[in-house]
Amino acid sequence: MRLDFLRSERLPNIWCPGCGNGIVLRALLEAISQLQLDPDKVVLVSGIGCSSRAPAYTAFDNVHTLHGRAIPTATGIKLANPDLSVIVLTGDGDCSAIGGNHLIHAARRDVDITVVVFNNYNYGMTGGQASPLTPAASITTTTPSGNMDRPFDLVNLATGAGATYVARSGIYFTKHLVDHLRKAISHRGFSLVDAVAQCPTYYGRFNRKGSAGQMITSQKDWMVLKNVADKKNPEELAGKVVIGEFVNIIGARQADIDAAKEQS
Amino acid sequence: MNEHVVLMQGNEAVAEGAIAAGVRFYAGYPITPSSEIAEIMARRMPEVGGVFLQMEDEIASIMAIIGASLAGKKVLTATSGPGFSLMQEGLGYACMVEAPIVLLESMRYGPSTGMPTKVSQMDLMQSRWGTHGDHWIIVLSPASVEESYRLTIRAVNLAEKYRNPVIVLSDETISHLREPIDVSVSPTLTDRKLPVEKSGYLPYRTDISLVPAIANIGTGFHTSFTGLVHGESGFQTANGHVAEALVERLRDKLFNNLDDIIQFETDRVEDAEILFVSFGITARGVSETVETLRSRGRKAGALRLVTLFPFDDDRIRQAAGSARTIIVPELNSGQLVLLIKRVFGDSRKVVPMNKINGDLISPQDILDFLQEENL
Repeated sequence: MRLDFLRSERLPNIWCPGCGNGIVLRALLEAISQLQLDPDKVVLVSGIGCSSRAPAYTAFDNVHTLHGRAIPTATGIKLANPDLSVIVLTGDGDCSAIGGNHLIHAARRDVDITVVVFNNYNYGMTGGQASPLTPAASITTTTPSGNMDRPFDLVNLATGAGATYVARSGIYFTKHLVDHLRKAISHRGFSLVDAVAQCPTYYGRFNRKGSAGQMITSQKDWMVLKNVADKKNPEELAGKVVIGEFVNIIGARQADIDAAKEQS
Repeated sequence: MNEHVVLMQGNEAVAEGAIAAGVRFYAGYPITPSSEIAEIMARRMPEVGGVFLQMEDEIASIMAIIGASLAGKKVLTATSGPGFSLMQEGLGYACMVEAPIVLLESMRYGPSTGMPTKVSQMDLMQSRWGTHGDHWIIVLSPASVEESYRLTIRAVNLAEKYRNPVIVLSDETISHLREPIDVSVSPTLTDRKLPVEKSGYLPYRTDISLVPAIANIGTGFHTSFTGLVHGESGFQTANGHVAEALVERLRDKLFNNLDDIIQFETDRVEDAEILFVSFGITARGVSETVETLRSRGRKAGALRLVTLFPFDDDRIRQAAGSARTIIVPELNSGQLVLLIKRVFGDSRKVVPMNKINGDLISPQDILDFLQEENL
C-alpha cells in the first residue's frame, strides 16, 4: 500500500480500539495501489456513520455527504466526469436503511461506481442501534430483547436490483477482500462489495462476541468460501455467511443501450 | 417582428435560460407544475453535450447536482412544494460545502399534496428557512416568462460567483404561461473562481471576497468536502471559534455584496400615498391596479421584489418612499407581510391582503379590497 494515500496529519482516526473499519480502509487502499490508479482521478464519497469518516483520512478528493446520500452524489460526480474512479464508502445502516432507495436505483441503472459497505451489523456512531443488516435475535440498544426483524441479505438485494458485480468478503480474509475490491473497482458498471467487519464496542459487547481479535478470527468459523458453499446443501450452510463473487456480468447494459439508440 | 422573439412557456424559459447560462447537468424527479423542465432537459441536454438524469426522488436529484457541481459542472434541478420539502437537506448541504447549484421551485398550492395544478406563493418562507440551521440562500422571483429566462441565467451566475445555492422561486402560473420572449442577446457568463497553486492549497481559505476558490473534483487538488463544520482545510472540527467564523463567513459573503445581489423594481413610488409591495405573479395584478388608481386620481405606487433573499430592511425602507399605507398582496396567509411589518414597525400602516383559494389576485380583487377596507 502506498503510504502517501493517507493524510497522516489527520490521524489518529476516530474509530474505537478494535474497530474493523481500518482494515477495510487498508484493503481498499491496497486495491487502489495494485490497480495503479492515478490518485488525481480517484474520488471517495461517503454518507454518515463511523465508516463514512474513512475518505477524509485519504489523500484523494473526498466527499463526506449526508446520511444515506453518498450514492446519488457519487452518481452526479461520475456522470459529470466519467474519467474518475468513484468509490462510495458506506456503512450497513447508511447504505441499506436511509440510503436503500438510492442503492437499488444505482444498481438498476448500472452506474459505473463501486460501493464498499463496511458492514458491522449495527449503527456504531450513534451508540449501537439495530440496522437492516443486524442479524435476527441480536441485542442492540433499540432491540433490547432481541431483533425481531429479519436482516437484508445485501448480496441478494444488490443482485436483485441489477448490480453487475457483487461480492462479499470479511476482514479476516484480507487478501480475499483486497482481490474482490480490486475486481469491483475495475468492473465497468455498478459494483458492490459487502465487507464484513466488527464493532466490538457495541454489537460485539451486547451479543457476547468476545474481544475484537476473537470477533475477527471467528470469521473463519462462520464464513464459507463460495466455491466450497456451492458443494454443500442448505442444512450444512445454516448459520454460515458465504463469501466470494456472486455476480460478474460484463457488458450487461449494451443490448439495452443499443436498443434505445435504435429507437431514437 | 424580430426573428429572435419566440413564444415560450415559463418552464421552457427556465430550461433554455439555464442552457444559455452554461448549465450542462440536470437531475430531477417529475412533479407538477415543474415537470416540463425535466422533459425539455431530457431532450436538450444531450443536444448540448450535457447530462440529463431522472433520479429516484428529489433527495437524490439535489445530491446528484451537488456532486456534478463539485466536479465542475453548472447544474440545475427543478421541483415544486412536496419535492422542495425533500430537497431541504441537500440545500443545507450545498450551503455548507459551498456548492454552486440552481434550484427552480414552482410554487403550487399546499400544504402537503395540496392542489398540484393551482397556484400559490406559500413557499416563500420555506425557500428562505426550509433547511435547518443558520444558513443563507439567494432567492430570485420572476414575474414573467421573459424574466424566468433572464433570472435563471442570473441565478447560475450568482451561484458560481458566490458558491451558494440560488433558488428561482416561480409559481404554477408563470411555469405554464406562454409569452413572447427575445432570446437573441448572448448573456454574460460568470465562472467560479478556481485555485492555481497546489502547494499550500486550503480549499476554504478565502480572500477579501470571502468566497473560497475550491478546486473541482478530479483536478489534482485533493479536496475534502463535508457537511460537518470545517476549517480552511475542509476537515471537520468541533471548535466553536471555527464554527462561528464559518457561519459568519457564509452570511457575509452574501451580505457584503447586497448591491450586486439585490434587485427590485419600483413604479411611481416617489409621490405614492398608497404603496403595494409584492413579488412574482401577484405583481402583475398590482401593476394594472396602480394604473387604474392613478387614472382615478389616487397616488398609488408599487415596489416589486425581484430578489427576495437576502432581504435587506434598509434597502426596502429607502425604496418604499413615504407612502403612509402599504398593502402587501400575496397568495398565502401572510408571509412577505411579516418582513414588511418588520421593516416599518408602527411607522406606516402595513396591511396584508391574502388570497388562498388557488386563484390569482386580480386587479379587481385589489380594488374591491381597498373599498372593503376603506383604504
